[in-house]
Amino acid sequence: MARSNRLVSRRQAWWLLATAVAASLPLTPQVPLWLSLAAATAFSWRAALTWRQWHLPPRWLLVLLVIAGTVGVFLQYRTILGRTPGVALLLVFLSLKLLELRAARDAVATALLCYFLVFGQFLFTQTIPTALLAGLTVLITTATLLVASDDRPPPQQQLRRATLMLAQALPFMLLMFLLFPRVQGPLWGIPQDRFSAVSGLSDSMSPGSIAQLSQSDAIVFRVKFAGEVPPQSQLYWRGPVMPSFDGRSWRVAQTLGAYAEVPYAGVGAAVDYEVTLEAHGRRWLFALELPATLPPDSTLTSDYQPIARQPVRNRMRYTQRAWPDAIAGMNETPSSLRGALALPKDGNPRTRAVAAGWRVQYGGDGAAILAAAENWFSQQLLIYTLNPPLLGPDIVDEFLFDTRRGFCEHFAASFVFALRAAGVPARVVAGYQGGEVNPVDGYLVVRQYDAHAWTEAWIAGRGWVRIDPTAISAPSRINSNFAAAVPAGEQLPFLARSDLAWLRELRYRLDAITNGWNQRVLGYNPQRQRDLLADLGLNEPDWRSMTAVLSVLCGGVMLGLTGWILRNRLRVDPALAAWRRFTTRLARRGIAWQPWEGPLAFAERAAGQTPIHAEEIRKIAALYVRLRYEPAPQASELAQFRTQIAHFKP
Amino acid sequence: MFQELRHWLHEAFVRWALRVRPPEPAPIVLTQRRVYVLPTRAGLAYATALGVILLGAMNYNLSLGHALMFLLAGLGIVTILHTFRNLVLVTIRPGHCEPVFAGSRAQFDVVLENPRLDARTCLRLFIEDERPIEVDIGPHAGTVATLDVPATKRGWLPMPRLTIETTWPLDLVRAWSYAVPDLNCLIYPAPAAVAPPLPWSGESARGSSRDGRGADDFSGLRDHQAADPPRHVAWKAVARQQDGPLLTKLFEGAAAQQIWLDWEALPDAIDTEQALSILARWILDADAAGLAWGLRLPGVRLAPDNGPAQRAGGLRALALHNHGAQ
Repeated sequence: MARSNRLVSRRQAWWLLATAVAASLPLTPQVPLWLSLAAATAFSWRAALTWRQWHLPPRWLLVLLVIAGTVGVFLQYRTILGRTPGVALLLVFLSLKLLELRAARDAVATALLCYFLVFGQFLFTQTIPTALLAGLTVLITTATLLVASDDRPPPQQQLRRATLMLAQALPFMLLMFLLFPRVQGPLWGIPQDRFSAVSGLSDSMSPGSIAQLSQSDAIVFRVKFAGEVPPQSQLYWRGPVMPSFDGRSWRVAQTLGAYAEVPYAGVGAAVDYEVTLEAHGRRWLFALELPATLPPDSTLTSDYQPIARQPVRNRMRYTQRAWPDAIAGMNETPSSLRGALALPKDGNPRTRAVAAGWRVQYGGDGAAILAAAENWFSQQLLIYTLNPPLLGPDIVDEFLFDTRRGFCEHFAASFVFALRAAGVPARVVAGYQGGEVNPVDGYLVVRQYDAHAWTEAWIAGRGWVRIDPTAISAPSRINSNFAAAVPAGEQLPFLARSDLAWLRELRYRLDAITNGWNQRVLGYNPQRQRDLLADLGLNEPDWRSMTAVLSVLCGGVMLGLTGWILRNRLRVDPALAAWRRFTTRLARRGIAWQPWEGPLAFAERAAGQTPIHAEEIRKIAALYVRLRYEPAPQASELAQFRTQIAHFKP
Repeated sequence: MFQELRHWLHEAFVRWALRVRPPEPAPIVLTQRRVYVLPTRAGLAYATALGVILLGAMNYNLSLGHALMFLLAGLGIVTILHTFRNLVLVTIRPGHCEPVFAGSRAQFDVVLENPRLDARTCLRLFIEDERPIEVDIGPHAGTVATLDVPATKRGWLPMPRLTIETTWPLDLVRAWSYAVPDLNCLIYPAPAAVAPPLPWSGESARGSSRDGRGADDFSGLRDHQAADPPRHVAWKAVARQQDGPLLTKLFEGAAAQQIWLDWEALPDAIDTEQALSILARWILDADAAGLAWGLRLPGVRLAPDNGPAQRAGGLRALALHNHGAQ
């Protein structure tokens, strides 16, 4: 088409540059520094080209630069596929496209690249600020497309029109967002590079590994309870269970997917809740002890930890039920019990000696030994601290008898060691303890600093029993939170501090907003969609009924907009309407108004042909010209004009 | 072959799309039934881009990716409506059309009116194979667009089919409509480049001067033209300036210079079109020379006179000679 060959004007070039900058700036943290600098150079070059009206660089140079950029991206990532390399390549193309703006179609191509880059941002973050920034970029890009079509109006007008069009597009967006049949990704190979390592619990525990987490206020999961929030001291979120000990570290046993259903019966009241788990790259699904149900696509390990089939790479949501009083493991297998008794051959002689004493005293009575151990721990006057001293080879002995200062992993490890030495099967359970209820939206938020380790002992006739040795020495850790249990003066993560009330309030609100965003917008998945439609009365919604509803509603919006489009179809300027009556009357007398004639010229001709009405005709024409073509005509003039025409009888 | 088929299909579509038998009565209102909308090439690229974004959003489970795609899809729909709105209900009236000579370009004026309170932006009008012109129409206003096409044959040239289109505001969709305004351009025969001199013989009655001044009332000089009678050359003036152009003496008194331009006077060997060309050249020359001239064609007789009306009448008679409708 002739139009697309039109050259890009200076004004259009400026707009395109602005769009490119807006689309690339948010990506600078994601791409290598050399690429950001190269893009900035290209943008400056573009600015100079437009400013000085220089000639565009020759094509061969651009081809060379594209090749150089692609090679650079390849060398950086060793691939050009995937998330980050893809975005980097888009940035290369955008920068160089700006240097070859010739025809209007180059402008459209640039705008499309900018839309792609907006999408590229979402691969990295989808927070509310990102969304707002992306909205702004889309607005500028749309205004640029408007400018590419017609560059005469001033910028404010272009932005206003772009806003209007996007506002009209919003209802379609909302309808499609809610009703477009969603597909659970991924569609093809799992994009591995989307997930980088997230700090959190690991599958082994050594002194200091959980204390390290206490400095992080990253959110692990949020919980919405169906009923009352259980007391803080009951909130044990079960994570990896670690039965094997090598003298320093505790590790999980490789017994995945042992049960498809929970192998114990419920006792007492059940607690129902929904977990929104942040992506953490592992297969663990945290559950309140003890899980009564399993989330979809998950199994239970032999030590009662729910495990997903795939690593949790996206924020996921599952409903759960817990039996806080359930009794599990009454008939534990001998091999498990043997594993829960295993200790290294030597080391920690003092603890072994104490345990041997209990054994002599109580024989095989596990419950009595457990009570003795708890009693003994409380007498040791152990101190709960974030900064325990470094320990030598006999970590249990040194903690219990020398330093007496430790974090939860010291307590749990030593307690299990002592029980095993006394002949009672025991194991370490890692997970999270507690959490904080956000009063704004009622969600319980569990953060990394809530990471905790506790123990389970196996008592004949009672199965696995939870004992939290930390609670023995520092009950406030369990009853309120870890910040309350830590001695004053130790450095706490910012969000765990409670001294700034207004800041807390603000944080609650922000977190509630973020959670709402995560739940309603980012977490809107096929399941949510089905639930929502079922709530709206659509039974068994499938893609067909969704598409049908979507089409009907979009059609409705379109009809509404079409009505707006044809709205002033019949709204004719009243002055013109009156003038038409006037010309029709003259036409009946054989004096037809020719379309190419101006009103004054026509009046002269008509006046010449009917001299009796000459005066009247001239007056009417003069008024008409005033009403139609002069600024700010008076309402009274229109009335006068109409009466004159009403009285005009040629 | 393929080209022909395409052309045939296009013509069939246009015939159907026009919905009225051309020429159409004025005013032509581009109602919603006759405005068509399809995506442009840029629009197709846009749609493809949206598809890619949707696939990416699905694969990476990106809610905001979905939202972006849906927003842009909504923008696409809105653009269709805006583009459609920019064209629909524009009114076209046939305007003015000056007669022209064959071989030059006929200029058709059409009057475009916008009955709406918003301006119409970037409307493109074109006649097939011709360069488009772009116009805006202000709110409640009208504008005149002049479209020109080559005039090849004498006679009436009906205005060819007009396409009016717009891709405003985003260039993603194109709305267009066809119109055939009832507008005809009179094409005069092309004046012959080489013609015999004006026929001074026969009835060019020198004695019939109405006033006393006659042919000798010298009124001025002008450049000599091939058709000027040799005896009017101002030999003395030419002699005064060496190597100067020939000059012709002009004389007052129209009646004194009366000639008849006669079809019959032309040799039979000349074919009709050539004869008409020669007559056209004579009319122009006679008119330029300020002569009173008459025209005799088979079935047409124009009494000697001069002035623009006489010139137009004579040329019109030539244009419509044996042409059916007058």
